[in-house]
Amino acid sequence: MAVQPSAIIMADDTSTMPKGPSRGVRIFFRNPMAWIGLGGLLLIVAFSFLGPVFYHVNPLATNVKNLMSPPTAKHLLGTDDLGRDYLSRMMWGGQLSLIVGFSAAIASMIIGVSYGLISGLLGGWIDVLMMRAIDVLLSIPTLFLLLFLDVAFQPSPLVLVIILALTSWIGVPRLVRSEVLSIKQRDYVEASRAFGARNLHIMMKELLPNVLGTVMVATTFQIAGAILTIATLSFLGLGLPPPEPNWGTMLSNSMSYMYDNSWWLIYPPGLALLWTVLSINFVSEALRGAVDSRM
Amino acid sequence: MLVFTLRRLLQAIPSLIFIAIISFILLHIVPGGPAQSLLGQHSTPARIAAIDRSLGLNKPLPVQFGIWFWHLLHGNFGYSYSYSQPVMHVIMIYLPHTLEIVTVAVILAHILSVFMGTVQGYYQGRWFDHVITTLTFFLWSMPVFWLGILVVMIFSINLGWFPSGGITNPEFPGGFASYVSHATLPILVLMLSTLASWARFMRSSIMDAMVQDYVRTARSKGLSEFMVLFKHALRNSLLPIITLFGLSIPTLFGGALVVELIFNYPGIGLLTWNAAFQRDYPIILGTVMMVGVLTVAGNLLADLLYGLVDPRITYS
Repeated sequence: MAVQPSAIIMADDTSTMPKGPSRGVRIFFRNPMAWIGLGGLLLIVAFSFLGPVFYHVNPLATNVKNLMSPPTAKHLLGTDDLGRDYLSRMMWGGQLSLIVGFSAAIASMIIGVSYGLISGLLGGWIDVLMMRAIDVLLSIPTLFLLLFLDVAFQPSPLVLVIILALTSWIGVPRLVRSEVLSIKQRDYVEASRAFGARNLHIMMKELLPNVLGTVMVATTFQIAGAILTIATLSFLGLGLPPPEPNWGTMLSNSMSYMYDNSWWLIYPPGLALLWTVLSINFVSEALRGAVDSRM
Repeated sequence: MLVFTLRRLLQAIPSLIFIAIISFILLHIVPGGPAQSLLGQHSTPARIAAIDRSLGLNKPLPVQFGIWFWHLLHGNFGYSYSYSQPVMHVIMIYLPHTLEIVTVAVILAHILSVFMGTVQGYYQGRWFDHVITTLTFFLWSMPVFWLGILVVMIFSINLGWFPSGGITNPEFPGGFASYVSHATLPILVLMLSTLASWARFMRSSIMDAMVQDYVRTARSKGLSEFMVLFKHALRNSLLPIITLFGLSIPTLFGGALVVELIFNYPGIGLLTWNAAFQRDYPIILGTVMMVGVLTVAGNLLADLLYGLVDPRITYS
């Protein structure tokens, strides 16, 4: 009975294949930091997205008779300087931070990873040129540039995502490229090339799956960075226009009342931001541990 | 060494030209262009045309870029709309204040992070390491402005040790001492915000160094652990942090922007922020370029410092 030679190779291939990804996943989930981080993230997502389902208070409704009220049974986190309910503003502000942050991070990763893959795979003078461009871009102060873009374009959330993505991808290509340089020498890439695979195919099918660990770690960095940048821009009075709440604007407003001991205005947005970024960094750390141990 | 320095200087030129090109493009993608932003609500097509003619904006773009770049080479960054002064002139008033706090913060952060990271890397896995790791992890996740607000709340409002803003008190001019007490909190915030990532870096760098052959050699020669750590391991681990310094200049100035706003400290961060609200685009781009130039210079400096710290590198 004739057995297809390719079938033998295929069967053999899967049986001896190192259990790379699944081992990494196991290491990730064995790390308590992963659980702390994911748990923290889940809580903040639930707070921002499910919170408004249970807590029906309009975050935009002002009330001149109840300004700067400390927490009461009716307003669990008190009210701000326009008499708006602070807890519901915290929830809605969280939605905005998370949605814009995640979208901007993913968009910037798409740009950064493609750039790194192309640069690493093509090599030669294109690679040199592309990396030199990165060196130059790294010397531009992002926050100053963001100030400029922000006043020039007065962004909606979508424009903000685009601006953030365009200014924050620059750190990613180097990480990806350095891995691509070693991966592209391996036999399976050579084999793929010998079968006549095109660059695009090699990038998507051979390189991308193998840099996925690094990409995931970098993504967590980008998400944390994007959320912080949005909050910073809002804190600077830019970013997204009022009245939609967001944590950065809430903090910069509360700064005027620092001397009044209005703790309910100052601590919640700052702690929520710290909580979110801390959770993401925990996940990031656990991911990095898993990726490092795989190598 | 001289050849290397010259070569690195030459490499910096394309970077600077590129920064200039990006700035030029940005200035021209502002909706309505410079004339529109100059006139604001007083704009009419006739006035825009007149300004375009007088500023040379009706010339072809490459010609405009040539003229603009020629001015740039002469240190002419353009003319500020809101200050009615050359941009360079305005920047030079504010820049020294920023450089003062950034420089002091960087030096302190370096000393502290090298010390913390080194001791941590040595006592890896012990309680000292755990405490500092947790602390730096928190600091690392902390938004600069939140840190700034907390510092003001604690040291200025509750304890009353330091003033919460400004650069000196006009009613009670206290000379140098007043200047220092006004700069203390901005420096503290800036230092804490950079400290975390550098200490983390230093820790892993020392951990890598401690298992190297030269550390084992040093130990087997009978050197004290102190000498092994601070002379042999530390010296080799300083290299990455020097590069890190060069790369973190833009972030440092970004941090300075936030800190200056919180403490109402008149540096280029505050200047840029005010300019942003007045739509004074030449000022914003001037500071972007200024920080870009400083970054290129800082990276150059970092490369040269490399050779001083690492005797393995000879610039031939």
